[in-house]
Amino acid sequence: MRFLSDRAVTRLRDGADLPDLAGTRYRLLGQIARGGMGVVYAAEDEVLKRRVALKVLEVPGSEGNLANRLIREARVLALLEHPGIVPIHDVGTLADGRVFYTMKFVQGQRLDQYIASLASIPDRLRVFLRICEAVAFAHARGVLHRDLKPANVMVGPFGEVLVVDWGLAKILWQTSKLAPQIEDPGATVLHVPNSSSRDDSTEVSEVTGHGTVMGTPGYMSPEQARGDVASLDARSDIFSLGALMRFLLTTGSTDGAAASVRLERSLESICAKAAAADPAARYQSVSDLGLDVSRYLDGLAVAAHRESLLEKSLRFYRRYRFFILLILAYLAMRMFLLIFLKR
Amino acid sequence: MTFDEIHPAGARFPVTRWSVLEAARSNDSSERARALDSLCAAYWKPVYKYIRLRWNRLAPDAQDLTQGFFAEMLERELLNRFDPAKSRLRTYLRVCVDSFVMNEDKAARRQKRGGSLPHLALDFAGAEQELGAATLDPSSIASPDSLEEFFEKEWIRSLFALAVGDLRTLCDEKSRERTFKLFEAYDLDGDDGVSYDRLAEEFGIAVTDVTNALSWARREFRKIALDRLRQLCASDDEFQREAKAAFGWHAM
Repeated sequence: MRFLSDRAVTRLRDGADLPDLAGTRYRLLGQIARGGMGVVYAAEDEVLKRRVALKVLEVPGSEGNLANRLIREARVLALLEHPGIVPIHDVGTLADGRVFYTMKFVQGQRLDQYIASLASIPDRLRVFLRICEAVAFAHARGVLHRDLKPANVMVGPFGEVLVVDWGLAKILWQTSKLAPQIEDPGATVLHVPNSSSRDDSTEVSEVTGHGTVMGTPGYMSPEQARGDVASLDARSDIFSLGALMRFLLTTGSTDGAAASVRLERSLESICAKAAAADPAARYQSVSDLGLDVSRYLDGLAVAAHRESLLEKSLRFYRRYRFFILLILAYLAMRMFLLIFLKR
Repeated sequence: MTFDEIHPAGARFPVTRWSVLEAARSNDSSERARALDSLCAAYWKPVYKYIRLRWNRLAPDAQDLTQGFFAEMLERELLNRFDPAKSRLRTYLRVCVDSFVMNEDKAARRQKRGGSLPHLALDFAGAEQELGAATLDPSSIASPDSLEEFFEKEWIRSLFALAVGDLRTLCDEKSRERTFKLFEAYDLDGDDGVSYDRLAEEFGIAVTDVTNALSWARREFRKIALDRLRQLCASDDEFQREAKAAFGWHAM
């Protein structure tokens, strides 16, 4: 048996780590990112002559939990056609036995990196609304993301906002039109809050992760952190969106503008309501959350916060500042003229 | 639609039975001996080196203990007691080695066992050379954690070395000797100066031929190594974890 030096072992490992694209239409360009489930590479589609992102499972085999999860993620993506969700192109098994899928190659920055370039609160809230739109669309199709966090949002060079990494996605069977298409006997069956079709006798099972807690601390709802898969619904994502919104509003920009901002009470209330520990106290849909944020941006009262008379007046002033100042200037001018003419 | 219906882009990865552990639990003694052979091939060097370093034994003593360990594994049917739900096979074997060496201090037991069991033909001289070939730094493996890492590292080295041997055989069978030479020159012996261009010049072939040959060899090496690994694992979960360890697919 030949002796292998450390260097040879490392070389063999590196060589074996690269996906074997023989027999596919793709040519490997380089590694983009490595995650818990797989590695994302840049590849060229040699038929269409375009760059794609190729996500491949680290370990071989088209069976097993991880392979099932990757295939399922691909199928979820395939049915979520929305400008805020990365489109998928292809799915299959490589010659080396690893499951892969290809998707649009997104050139841009992760939200946690991009945020530094956004100084104003309204600009950040507009980005947040784009995220809400994508998540609301997924919820409307019966899909929960379950891992919403800054690292899973990409912002493209033209300002396009994309929610990525749907590897932990769950399907809300009662509302999902995807259910018959994404056959997954092991998928978690989830309830939709306030759904007329909700049936307390609905069978609840869970497979992905086998009860293990999946998600990111700080962005994971308390029920998700407890591993209480059966009780997860859209409000779990709303909790994550609340944490994400707080991140957006409190993370410093390159010029230090947002870092020192003390959140206005209405914004603080929106964040607090979205990320309330009790799901019943949260917004009941992403649309409600988005609506409240839009109301704030329009200078209207938000549902999450009951204003005092002073706050109401201040908001009124901020909203109509131009007209108020114009009227005040006009009145001051009149006063001045009256006093001047009397003399 | 089931997952299997997804059209594969390339050939399907061959599904291999969990042969070693199945064979180890077989009623057929020849099957059990085959299992021991496979285990021995993959683990004897890590076990030997581990005994030398962890237990600070001289070479003759470590050789005796290594032989004794594998003999005891067969005699006491240690593999039958392995529970994949509790640990990896690799960890189980390491713990068994520790336990065996501790018990072996009772010389009488060793005397009792000696001679009645087959003596394995192991290349201890080669293993000693490797130990002296600057493959490890004894000062860096002082803690139990680093000893475990050391055992893992030696196990991976052993697995890859077996796979390289199999690849050589495959290349010989398929009359692809040049492919193995290229693989050897680039992946096994290559230094920083080695390049596809240089190899192409050396072997008098086109660079694309070098690329294709190395790509084929790596693919086959990977298949062989995974196939061997699969045979040494008790479940799909263990296989996936061990594949991560062996190929450095550490989740980040």
